[in-house]
Amino acid sequence: MVVVGAGEAGARAASALRERGYDGLVTLVGDEPHAPYERPPLSKAVMASDDEAPPVILDEGKLAAQRIAHLAGARATHIDRDARVLHLADGRDLPYAKLLIATGAGPRRLPVPGADGPHVLTLRTFADALALRARLVPGCRLTVVGGGFIGLEVAAAAAARDCAVTLVEAAPRILMRGVPTAVADRVARRHLAAGVDLRTGFGIAGLEARPNGVALLLVDGTQILSDAVVVGIGAVPETRLAEASGLAVENGVRVNAQLRTEDPNIFAAGDCCSFPHPLYGGRRIRLEAWRNAQNQGALAAANMLGGSEAYAAVPWFWSDQYDETLQVAGLSDEAVDTIERDLGAGRLFFCLAADGRLVAASGVGPNGVIARDIRLAEMMIARRACPDRVALASPSVKLKALLAA
Amino acid sequence: MAWVRACATDEIDEEDVARFDQGDRTFAIYHSPEDAFYATDGLCTHQAIHLADGLVMDHTIECPKHNGRFDYRDGKALGAPVCVNLRTYPVKVEDGVVLVDVG
Repeated sequence: MVVVGAGEAGARAASALRERGYDGLVTLVGDEPHAPYERPPLSKAVMASDDEAPPVILDEGKLAAQRIAHLAGARATHIDRDARVLHLADGRDLPYAKLLIATGAGPRRLPVPGADGPHVLTLRTFADALALRARLVPGCRLTVVGGGFIGLEVAAAAAARDCAVTLVEAAPRILMRGVPTAVADRVARRHLAAGVDLRTGFGIAGLEARPNGVALLLVDGTQILSDAVVVGIGAVPETRLAEASGLAVENGVRVNAQLRTEDPNIFAAGDCCSFPHPLYGGRRIRLEAWRNAQNQGALAAANMLGGSEAYAAVPWFWSDQYDETLQVAGLSDEAVDTIERDLGAGRLFFCLAADGRLVAASGVGPNGVIARDIRLAEMMIARRACPDRVALASPSVKLKALLAA
Repeated sequence: MAWVRACATDEIDEEDVARFDQGDRTFAIYHSPEDAFYATDGLCTHQAIHLADGLVMDHTIECPKHNGRFDYRDGKALGAPVCVNLRTYPVKVEDGVVLVDVG
């Protein structure tokens, strides 16, 4: 068994192969120098700490105990599917019975002049995190491009490190993807209170190096001078290996509900793959999310060992900013109506489709206040429940009771 | 043996959990669907998140942060991301009061 990509999905898959009793060789190929590590803390705890090592998922001891051969700093270049051999850039060849592509995603680049300049950073790897953190000294002028989870988390971390932070978002508001306006407004207020200069609705024309930093040029002619710019405008699936090996790519490595590619011996999991989701009418989606990577890694491992499980988990995302957590379960594309529940310290928002089905829920506030209800909402989404609107809005009605209904 | 009062039995719904602090230690007290009480360490063994904010389903407690799950009766970790078991404590009920042996 060969797993390409030593991130969350790949590491989980390698472990799951052992947990399910597979006794043969398990090789985990990763292009970074580190043991498999968690990425969510890179924009959160790692920014707030002085840690010089990444938060590891599988350390050397665990890798040895699970007999996982981890090839660090190794880049896979091509799969010879007829011979069932994976070729690495360093010349090594790895024969496989089943292969998992878990190559993740990379930061999307700004399609404007100057985007590859020296003071323009992105955040995806631990090395990226160290480079960014080194810039976050008090008084540093930092401009963040992109008002999604990563951009906002970086802005919060930089503000906490006493940097002067400007955040520029091209869309009319932050967090356009997946959360209701009311959630975005609350998050925006928290950033404004921390001193972040939020500028929404501004297109980016380009970047220009300056003697002591970099200028971000907006479409309206405004220039924002800063010491560094962080670009967090989404991720693109890492599909080069699949493409080089003749596998279909459709917004990611194309797999079926069992996470299998058109080659019966090759699977894909995590940020790099697109798959049909039964909860959303079999629509092909791709998720960039920690829990999805874990769950898909585990499920792919089961299917590599002969299983035929279909992936149907409800998408789930979270973000930590300042002292608040944002959690989202489900996808809100089909939503026609949003119902709010006031929990005092936190708020929940339920998104209903035209037929009354709960399709998404989001919560914002202290983690302890919202997490349990978002989990219950997730279960209702999985059951395609059509909960009563009045009950959803009433804090006195326990969601657990609605779930049982 | 060091039995301490954690809470009254009617302070926790069935199939629910509550936090109990004793000095600088923190615990989670569970009320099972068959009306029994259990106690574990309060913090998840993965990233020190308090389990009292988590969801109880049957005999499992699920961490509110990363969904690590434990059987709260014996503390057994039920799979990734948690792999270290949760410490459990003896519990007894006397006169409507939940007592925990915090050792």
